[in-house]
Amino acid sequence: MDMFQAILLTVITAATPLVIAALGELVTERAGVLNLGVEGMIVIGAVCAFAAAHLSGSPYIGILAGIAAGALFSLLFGFLTLTLVTNQVATGLALTILGLGVSGMLGESFVGVPGVKLPNIVFPVLSDIPFIGPILFRQDLIFYISIALVFGISWFLFKSRTGLKIRAIGDSHSSAHALGINVIRTRYFAVMFGGACAGLAGAQLSLVYTPQWVENMSAGRGWIALALVVFASWRPWRVLAGGYLFGAVTIGQLHAQAFGIGVPSQLLSALPYIATIVVLIIISHNRRTTLINTPASLGKPFVPDR
Amino acid sequence: MRIELEKRAGVSKLFAILSPLLALVLTLIVGAIIFAALGKEPVGALYSFFIEPLLEVWSLHELAVKAAPLILIAVGLAICYRSNNWNIGAEGQFTIGAITGSILPVLNPDWQSPMILPLMLVMGAAGGALYAGIPALLKTRFNTNEILTSLMLVYVAQLFLDWLVRGAWRDPQGYNFPQTKPFNESAVLPELLDSGRAHWGVVFALVAAVALWFMMRYMLKGFEVTVLGQSARAGRFAGFSSRGMVWFSLLLSGALAGLAGISEVSGSIGHLQPSISPGYGFTAIIVAFLGRLNPLGIIASGLVLSLTYLGGEAVQMSLQISDKVVRVFQGLLLFFVLSCDTLILYKIRIRWSRSAAREGAA
Repeated sequence: MDMFQAILLTVITAATPLVIAALGELVTERAGVLNLGVEGMIVIGAVCAFAAAHLSGSPYIGILAGIAAGALFSLLFGFLTLTLVTNQVATGLALTILGLGVSGMLGESFVGVPGVKLPNIVFPVLSDIPFIGPILFRQDLIFYISIALVFGISWFLFKSRTGLKIRAIGDSHSSAHALGINVIRTRYFAVMFGGACAGLAGAQLSLVYTPQWVENMSAGRGWIALALVVFASWRPWRVLAGGYLFGAVTIGQLHAQAFGIGVPSQLLSALPYIATIVVLIIISHNRRTTLINTPASLGKPFVPDR
Repeated sequence: MRIELEKRAGVSKLFAILSPLLALVLTLIVGAIIFAALGKEPVGALYSFFIEPLLEVWSLHELAVKAAPLILIAVGLAICYRSNNWNIGAEGQFTIGAITGSILPVLNPDWQSPMILPLMLVMGAAGGALYAGIPALLKTRFNTNEILTSLMLVYVAQLFLDWLVRGAWRDPQGYNFPQTKPFNESAVLPELLDSGRAHWGVVFALVAAVALWFMMRYMLKGFEVTVLGQSARAGRFAGFSSRGMVWFSLLLSGALAGLAGISEVSGSIGHLQPSISPGYGFTAIIVAFLGRLNPLGIIASGLVLSLTYLGGEAVQMSLQISDKVVRVFQGLLLFFVLSCDTLILYKIRIRWSRSAAREGAA
């Protein structure tokens, strides 16, 4: 395996959690709910996945635990914003703060404990294709899920009946309600799907990317995922492209640090965050296209008339 | 079971006051459950967490020292949130304020003058305001979401501080510790009383809170904040500028966060180091909401959140409970406050079964 291939592999590993978390948030936002708690849900997923994998010895049980933990944790956000109609921005922040706190506490006894790495699944024949074989067909389960999610969500949102309902709710919850769609229930599912994806992204961090538990190991990825959704103008395939772009920036700066190219390491570490800002500027500066792409009722509270 | 909301005819004054208290009580109950789950006697643990720190003079000083930055940042954030501008990067503005405020004492360590402190404070506030000006510029000029940009800038600010104290600004006689030279006496914010550590930062916090309360209640600017926050369209008809408000609220909150940063460094740390804040900028978000975005309420809620820091240290020492429990308490508190605030605008009806719902309809 040559150098370029190895770098490409690490880029994919760095990008996968971003892609998964952003895809989940994309569905949530398409239903008109802005959940800023992605960071909190990722880190809860990471600690639960690590703990379950460590205690059971099976990384697959870890994955399930991460998904379940993320979905359950997002339910807290759902209950507040959907049933109690609290401010979505503030509640999302609360979810992030609580998630970082709870994960720190839960994970305290797992600091420094050796983790369980998710094994790679090798597809026979396909993995022998030169160059792309080892990159695409000798990966772990979560990578395959991330690709399946891109296909699945594109189809689901734009080709299925339920997907159409979700988009309708996101664009005008009052009209959707008038048409007899159960806005609140659908939004609950959308929020929980987002939570499950964030939990899976967390599981990837603690089982694949760095198979160990470190406090705050999400390191702002939840926020980058939120930015990715804006960058992708709420389209799944663009999330994939954006996620890989960010993965490349992250890995690029790590390699630059390793080579010691005479730039302060802190500046290089800041690059993914600065890149996020730059990308947001490029995407948002045209007010009209932003307005067309953004789900119209995003972040707005909905109380059904009775 | 179904939960339904019914809009009240008006704002419930009762629940406006009761909601933060209710949230506190709920947090205490869940706190007791957490302590019990950790195998500690819950009442005793709560006592050492929330009461014991209030019983000694030195720890009352600590309470004020930690409450000062929280209040100072939170009153600024309250103006932002009231005007519907979501600055969540106060931690970064705090950090940059600490850096720009420290320029004089770090670069001229021997300069002793009564002028230096006021200059440091002004430079700190200016640094924080400029840093908050970045998301303001991006929002007004490029339509960029200020939530994401202000937060990204937190990471950038912390890395910048890290680079400074490990590189250009490191004390050559500091045994290789990543910190700057200690500030000289005239660059240290004086203590208020002889009995403890509380410094002038406390006064800044109280003055800022009262001034902003006055602005919100009696000045046109305060009215502008409220109108634009509730409806940008209504504000435009009144001749108020949304863009102007983005600038005003972000620069104001940035300046206050920057002032908090330099006050903390000059008043309680005495030099710059990689970590200068236990997350004040984020905790201040909770302070702002617990104080119901009212500057006077924020004084009270700032003291409550400051107490959680002290309580965390106390139970860590006396009961060997992880200080991580602090962030859990803080997160819970924000959750409960947001939930209880629903009661101000709505009545909550719980319908236990479908048949009961039908009776209710009939």
